[in-house]
Amino acid sequence: MNTSRSAADKPLTLRLLSQISPSHTGFGPFIAAIMLLAVVLVTIFSPWIATHDPLAMDPLMRLKPPSEEHILGTDGFGRDLFSRMVLGGRISLLIGLCAAVVALGFGILIGLVAGYFRIADAIIMRAMDALMAMPSILIAIALVALNGPSIGSVIMAITIPEVPRVVRLVRSVVLTAREEPYVEAALALGSSTPKILFQHLLPNTMAPMIVQGTYIVASAILTEALLSFLGAGISTEIPTWGNIMAEGRQYFRINPGIILWPGLLLTICVLSINLIGDAARDALDPRMKKREA
Amino acid sequence: MLTYILKRILSVIPVLFLVSVFVFLMLRLTPGDPAAILAGDNATPETLERIRDAMGLNEPLLTQYVKWIGGILHGDFGTSLISSVPVLDLVSQRVGPSISLAVLTIIIAICVAIPMGVIAAWKHRTWVDYLVMSFSVLGFSVPVFLVGYVLLLIFSVKLGWLPPQGFKPLSAGIAPFMERAILPALTLASIYIALIARMTRAAMLDVLNEDYIRTARAKGVGDRRLLFVHALKNAAVPIATIVGAGFALLISGVVVTETIFNIPGIGRLTVDAVLARDYPVIQALILLTATLYVAVNLLIDLSYSLFDPRIRY
Amino acid sequence: MELRNKDFSAEPIVLEIKDLVVEVGSKSVLPPILKGISFDIRHGETVCLVGESGSGKSVTSLATMGLLPKDALKVRGGEIRLKGENLVTLSPGQMKQRRARDLAMIFQEPMTALNPVLKVGAQIMEVLDLHTRLSASEKRAKVIDIMEQVHLPDVERIFESYPHQLSGGQRQRIMIAMALILEPALLIADEPTTALDVTTQKQILSLIAELQEKHGTAVLFITHDMGVVAEIADRVCVMRHGEILETGTIRQVLEEPRHDYTKKLLSAVPSLIPREPRPDAGATPVLVTKDLGKTYRSGGFLAKKSEVRASYGVNFDLSPGRTLGIVGESGSGKTTVARSIMRLIEPTEGQILLEGDDIAHLSTSAMKPKRKKLQVVFQDPFRSLNPRWTIARSLTEGPLNYGVPYAEAIAEAKRLLQIVSLPEDALKRYPHQFSGGQRQRIAIARAVMLRPDVLVADEAVSALDVSVQAQVLDLLDELQRQTGIAIIFITHDLRVAAQICDEVLVMKRGEVVEQGPAGQVLHAPQHEYTRALINAAPGRFWDFAAHKPLVA
Repeated sequence: MNTSRSAADKPLTLRLLSQISPSHTGFGPFIAAIMLLAVVLVTIFSPWIATHDPLAMDPLMRLKPPSEEHILGTDGFGRDLFSRMVLGGRISLLIGLCAAVVALGFGILIGLVAGYFRIADAIIMRAMDALMAMPSILIAIALVALNGPSIGSVIMAITIPEVPRVVRLVRSVVLTAREEPYVEAALALGSSTPKILFQHLLPNTMAPMIVQGTYIVASAILTEALLSFLGAGISTEIPTWGNIMAEGRQYFRINPGIILWPGLLLTICVLSINLIGDAARDALDPRMKKREA
Repeated sequence: MLTYILKRILSVIPVLFLVSVFVFLMLRLTPGDPAAILAGDNATPETLERIRDAMGLNEPLLTQYVKWIGGILHGDFGTSLISSVPVLDLVSQRVGPSISLAVLTIIIAICVAIPMGVIAAWKHRTWVDYLVMSFSVLGFSVPVFLVGYVLLLIFSVKLGWLPPQGFKPLSAGIAPFMERAILPALTLASIYIALIARMTRAAMLDVLNEDYIRTARAKGVGDRRLLFVHALKNAAVPIATIVGAGFALLISGVVVTETIFNIPGIGRLTVDAVLARDYPVIQALILLTATLYVAVNLLIDLSYSLFDPRIRY
Repeated sequence: MELRNKDFSAEPIVLEIKDLVVEVGSKSVLPPILKGISFDIRHGETVCLVGESGSGKSVTSLATMGLLPKDALKVRGGEIRLKGENLVTLSPGQMKQRRARDLAMIFQEPMTALNPVLKVGAQIMEVLDLHTRLSASEKRAKVIDIMEQVHLPDVERIFESYPHQLSGGQRQRIMIAMALILEPALLIADEPTTALDVTTQKQILSLIAELQEKHGTAVLFITHDMGVVAEIADRVCVMRHGEILETGTIRQVLEEPRHDYTKKLLSAVPSLIPREPRPDAGATPVLVTKDLGKTYRSGGFLAKKSEVRASYGVNFDLSPGRTLGIVGESGSGKTTVARSIMRLIEPTEGQILLEGDDIAHLSTSAMKPKRKKLQVVFQDPFRSLNPRWTIARSLTEGPLNYGVPYAEAIAEAKRLLQIVSLPEDALKRYPHQFSGGQRQRIAIARAVMLRPDVLVADEAVSALDVSVQAQVLDLLDELQRQTGIAIIFITHDLRVAAQICDEVLVMKRGEVVEQGPAGQVLHAPQHEYTRALINAAPGRFWDFAAHKPLVA
């Protein structure tokens, strides 16, 4: 009892540092971090790692099985699968990161307002309920199909359905935190509303937001793949894991590798992010708060 | 109780109203002109203008919205721009396969996931727990369509046990239905199982820390009884909640799965409509699925009182 | 009422604990939680394990029940013999059979110790399902019988009730019924009355004594409250840091304590006799309330309208340098009064005059200049400081809000840290690096940084161990003498109220039932409820600091 209490009391950084070490969490998250780092490095340095020009078509080399020349074979246009795959990760990861940053930014702002101002709360939360009720993938494909398949519209389409989740989380944290005696003490000490919001309440949301952020990155990468797969993704001029796999659909029986290899890399990447998110959540354990109250 | 139900049903109205506004605005405020789709590529500006007039696109937004929502309230969801069939007819033709697929998925998911979560919580921090958790994280991390293709590759292409694609309704017999529905249902269930198992485990771990579990142990209650009588009923509310929230995942999953397995359901209809920019169909489908989601979650909300006597309305 | 005085040496030994060692986890790098403790309990006897938090008293009880948290704590050595049988060596299956039949336990929190989704009758019945082969009607009859023995009213209805439909006292009775239905030889009671109001506590204590008498149960009673010990113990073991420092009959321990720690514990128990009244200088009151009240209204559209009068008709005036106590049990509205005065909530009735100005309905901005005159200290020292802020930042928050230069604020913070006996380097540290008592002193320092005229202490010492409690009370007294601050002290503990208050205001269900000088209210109470409260104060017949009975 006492140990859990003191753990929750410690500042965020201290808790993270003391918890995310192999001795505490086992080697799972540690390995995940290394895998993720590897994927990130590969995609960053993809122009040097790629063996071929990922966009160069070669009608004579269509759908070739793996060989020394093309280690993973070629796609329906004779493009080198390996080169496309390592480059594709760039856009996928970029989309994931952007979606998380944008969703968190909007979500935290709206959530703080909803949590602290009772008047705004009812309206904002009804709107969020409505957004949550619409199946995210439907909104996303509709938005992309209507706005045209640019990276910007894909990010927007992925972000919009994520915002209400962040809002709800921030709001619930704020609602709990504003009842804390130290917030009431701050009120008694004459602290202004913005000061209470941004200096006392906002830091409370950081721990769950770090966790939520990792989950959003993971789910955004998946959604991007899904959008491409359904034909509502970025055009194949710019390879992404999603649209490489989408193109592989029609050749699935001839060369399943076109779907499976990018799929594997994507899975490893998303899995690593999710594992790191889980480890961060265990370390920061937002549920601890609930039990104390 | 009755007043509570009434109140909850009423509280759904503003949500659905906002959904309709979002859907309406989403399609009106984005570039792309429905009239242009109907008119085809070679239309002159005059024909385009005539069509816009006929479709009411030149009227103020508010008027358009009121007309649209008025029609829906009378059961008129408009007509498909592509096939000129009333949207409601299109939907009702396609709804059967999707519903049977969804129900099969939910049954599989609940039967597999809840025992998994309970056992993981019971064997907390043992290899059983780690195995369940690994499966669950994996379920979140693999794209649904990849699961579908791998299953297809193994069971249809390599082993040849199951027909690759298509759909037979239940009325055609259980075997033909299951033969074609089992792979899509498993595909769909993978993420759903991951979600429910994870929540079940978390909820059970919470409950197992409660004082009344210690009381039960102090009475000499054994493990099995502790888990299934004392703990699971207390964990039921969060589990039911996640089943409801996961319904959104299910809808997204249906869209993908039907595309992979070539099932003529709502999901395929949606994808086709979106790619063809068939506005009335898109609007109607989003509105209908949102209503369904809200209704399912309303039912789950109301079911809480079955699990927890403290919740009385 | 007086100390128990019965000789048990002829009775058979029921529980014998010998050299019990309990350690943390598998890697025993930390010192053991229990460092080889030994004691025994005889048939029909009550042994109290008394100690402050962290003494290992609860671990002893859980080890005996075989309920130590798996993996976290392990019995490393020693024996726990119940009627001669060593429980430490039993398999989990064998231990499971012993529970409820041979030894049973009741816990501190009756609110959470019963399963909320099962009917209480079924929960008692479960014990019989597990350990007997009676028919359904026999079981029911036995359950009804034990429920009557614990004096539950309307047994048939309660049998079919869920825990949330019962009061705290009723739930604890259910727990006792569940524990004693199979007439176990040993009952372990771990702080069973700590979460209850004093009047309920008194009833539960006498119920345990009554059933013990009837069934000859040996009772291991765990508590931190010396008053409770004086009421019920035959023998006492004083624990600290996993060791038993002193064992003896209740009379020996209370009259001739041998160990210094025991002496310290006893002298820290505040006396129920009000302290000497301080002369009232007759200064102008700094804070006056007139018919102050707060009513919560809920409902409206489609729901039943409901009104809860959390407090009403509160009138008092408070002069500089004086302390007003607001005393009451849970739900009495005392905290609502405190929050209204602090303007953390807006009262619905009456006036709050701070130096003559009514602040009852001021807006946030109009309230700001008034705020620095009114400060507050809360109950839970673990939650009253922002865990992410250094002590320096917390202490200077108030002054900076009112435009005091940082250098000046930090100088004041250093000065106050000295007054609350904390080192200057505390400024750079975070709350988690301090104990509960230290945090509470920091919270007090933060409150007086603004040099307020009125300090509201809302159960400010209730969460603290008795020795720490004494230090914090001394600190408040010291501050009051130095600065002439007026204090409103909210508490449920009459002993604390008697030691610190000049005037006392007794509340019950939102209403003030009695108010007046502390000496008068606590010594010669007029209202029946005040008398009941005083009568229920555990150990009220004993003067702990003086090691002798109180002469009335």
